[in-house]
Amino acid sequence: MNELIKQIKDPVLSIQNLSVSYNKGKYAVSDVSAGIKKNRVTAIMGPSGCGKSTLLRAINRMHDLYPNIETIGQIFLNGEDTSTMSNIMLRRKIGMVFQHPNPFPTMSIYDNVIAGYKLNGIRMKKAERDEIVEKSLKDVVLWDEVKDSLTKKGTFLSGGQQQRLCIARALAFRPDVVLLDEPTSALDPVATKKVEELLIELKKQYTIILVTHNMSQAARISDYSMFMYLGELVEYGKTKNMFINPVDKRTEEYLTGKFS
Amino acid sequence: MWNSEKITKTLLFLASLIIVLITSGMVLSLMNGAIPVFKEFGINFIFSAEWNPTEGREDYGALSFIAGTLITSVIAIFICFPLAFSTSLFVGEYYRGTRLAKIVGTMVDMLAGIPSIVYGLWGFYVLRPLIVDLGFNSQGFGIFTAGIILAIMIIPYATSISTEIIKMVPNNLKEAAYSLGATRKDVILSVIIPNARSGIFTSYILAFGRALGETMAVTMLIGNTNLIPKSIFDTGNTMASVIANQFGEADGLKLSALIAIGLLLFVITGLINGVGKLLIKARL
Amino acid sequence: MISLTANNKEPKGLDSRLFKDRLFKVVVFIFAFITISPIVLIIYKLIIKGYKQINLSFFTETAPDTYEAMIALSNNEVIPGGILNGITGTLLMVVLASVMAIPIGLLIGIFLYENSTKRYANIVRDITDILQGVPSIVLGLIAYFWVVKSITNGFSALAGSTALGIMMLPLIIRSTEETLKMIPETIKEAGMALGVPYHKILLRVLIPTGFSGLLTGILLAISRIIGETAPLMLTALGSMGVNYNIEKPTSAVPLLIWEFYNDPNMVDLIWSSSLLLMGFVLLLNLISKHIMAKRA
Repeated sequence: MNELIKQIKDPVLSIQNLSVSYNKGKYAVSDVSAGIKKNRVTAIMGPSGCGKSTLLRAINRMHDLYPNIETIGQIFLNGEDTSTMSNIMLRRKIGMVFQHPNPFPTMSIYDNVIAGYKLNGIRMKKAERDEIVEKSLKDVVLWDEVKDSLTKKGTFLSGGQQQRLCIARALAFRPDVVLLDEPTSALDPVATKKVEELLIELKKQYTIILVTHNMSQAARISDYSMFMYLGELVEYGKTKNMFINPVDKRTEEYLTGKFS
Repeated sequence: MWNSEKITKTLLFLASLIIVLITSGMVLSLMNGAIPVFKEFGINFIFSAEWNPTEGREDYGALSFIAGTLITSVIAIFICFPLAFSTSLFVGEYYRGTRLAKIVGTMVDMLAGIPSIVYGLWGFYVLRPLIVDLGFNSQGFGIFTAGIILAIMIIPYATSISTEIIKMVPNNLKEAAYSLGATRKDVILSVIIPNARSGIFTSYILAFGRALGETMAVTMLIGNTNLIPKSIFDTGNTMASVIANQFGEADGLKLSALIAIGLLLFVITGLINGVGKLLIKARL
Repeated sequence: MISLTANNKEPKGLDSRLFKDRLFKVVVFIFAFITISPIVLIIYKLIIKGYKQINLSFFTETAPDTYEAMIALSNNEVIPGGILNGITGTLLMVVLASVMAIPIGLLIGIFLYENSTKRYANIVRDITDILQGVPSIVLGLIAYFWVVKSITNGFSALAGSTALGIMMLPLIIRSTEETLKMIPETIKEAGMALGVPYHKILLRVLIPTGFSGLLTGILLAISRIIGETAPLMLTALGSMGVNYNIEKPTSAVPLLIWEFYNDPNMVDLIWSSSLLLMGFVLLLNLISKHIMAKRA
């Protein structure tokens, strides 16, 4: 385990001894340590309730929204201790995409893409905004589909388009890391395929952490995989190695469908 | 053959006719009672501010009371809004689901249980002296005083629906905004309010409808003068308060005038509530 | 090429944004605090000014006349008498109003539940909403015409309770419909499947299942009418003594408060009467909340 963290040189994100508890003493994530490789897709998998989403949401401190959730441990972003950053800064450097597509229903497609800037009160010239919108939508291969309807509400798009819009919204800030929480679980197979292709394309520019309950998705698109079970990080390694030759018995049982 | 099902259903249907009859009968009775005054003054009754019960020179117009009603209710809404909306945010967002929210919510609900006349007494003995001390006017009576007490009275109505609507804003939208670096204030202003806008608006429409018809507390505080108020510290009368005040001594044409005012009040509150209801339907 | 790296430096306005966020919160909290303060202030005032007057005779004697009160005042004594005529009058009219409104209200509520989507039912529902929005003073006018002028030929308890009954009606209808809607369809279907006659399903299944909800609706409706003053001024008028004749003018607690308020000799009695009235309303609310909590 610890071997592998050492193996990942210059991790963009380094998680150290992270634990999260919902009720005092009951840990949903316990003592997880891992480094995340830059410009790679890292998948977190495991059976439901294993703590994979909880771990992901600890990275951008979404747990701070809920007073009864307690997080301990450290996370370093580019070597910098994130506990010294404000939530605002941290979340701008780490983008997030959610399980269900959630474009802001009261905003147009255009406004959804630059919602991060608007919410943060950052004023820009129109040309600057236009460029960010275009670049972000091109990044998610949505530009050609929506360039003539930027003023329409994002909720008119199909589920897959909405999810790509949400990815564009998360990318508009050029974050260092993008967190995706089962981003395709609400999508049909065709839309899922598009998002998966997009993620492979995006890793050229971004570091991606993907939570998925879908083993074959992890196998298809991730470079590294974590297997979590009952809040513990059981195994972490190159996806290829893990799928061919899992070290831990629990990983093997999970990958062979003994439990899910 | 009449079986039990048919008898029961017929009975239920007949019961439903009662409320239709009561309501339509109300409209007819009010219209019937208002005929003499409309015969005498025509549509001018609505647009005239004269109110002269002297025999032989009787002249009645409802305008000053319509004005008084609308002005007090608008003042009430303006005062009510920041208070009720903040309370909705407190209960529905900041302390959502906590014990504290429940306590605050219960206390706000209790405001709806206070009888109008008790509000009137409190307004008279507590609020009115305060208005005098602040130097707004010498007696403390008037449109403004009545507006404040109305604002307190409608707070529970404005708060309850707004709170529910604010709670209904999907959590995943709020989380999306937080994940982009928004503060709670940003989330409230850019996500919660735009998404809850129509529902919040509706709750204030319905609260406004409440304010229009309140009688006792207003009667005790508004000063009861039959003039169009020129400033918000003037005295005046609302449609409801003039009926309560002058009904006892009324007969003939004056009685008809008061009934006509009752009819107008019925129509105005009906319209406002109807708009509110349509808005709710459009939302769902 | 524009810089897309705005995120990599700490934004200049960060502190001011956090400050604004906190300021917004403080303002919201202050306004919320102001909002709940009147209820505390009002109850405080009623208790402080009213508790002295509440004793046994408060419940067993009728209201004093202005002369008795004046003598007591000049001798610095507690004003004699009580508000028995008001209490009995309120009880009489609330019971009468309930007798009129509850059965009809329940039937119409059941009707709306049974025909929930039909066009006519929607009209009835709209009419119910209109009636609920009618100011109580207008209901007083109506009861004046329908009862004072036509039936009792004078102010009467019957007229007062007619106004109160019409006020209760929409409240009971809506609470009945809402309660029945919450009952799972399967409970009704279980009865149907056994071939139970329709009226028996209503009486033996739906009403008992929703009983606590129906009772809560009734209690809340009563709590809403019990403090009404304006419609009673136009209908029941008030009386010095205890009256049980529904065709005669009758007092009520809120009417007595209005009389005390207008009589300089008796003005001290407003607080105790209001305290009692308020206590009663809150008690009804508390009981109904308790019933609802038990059910849930």
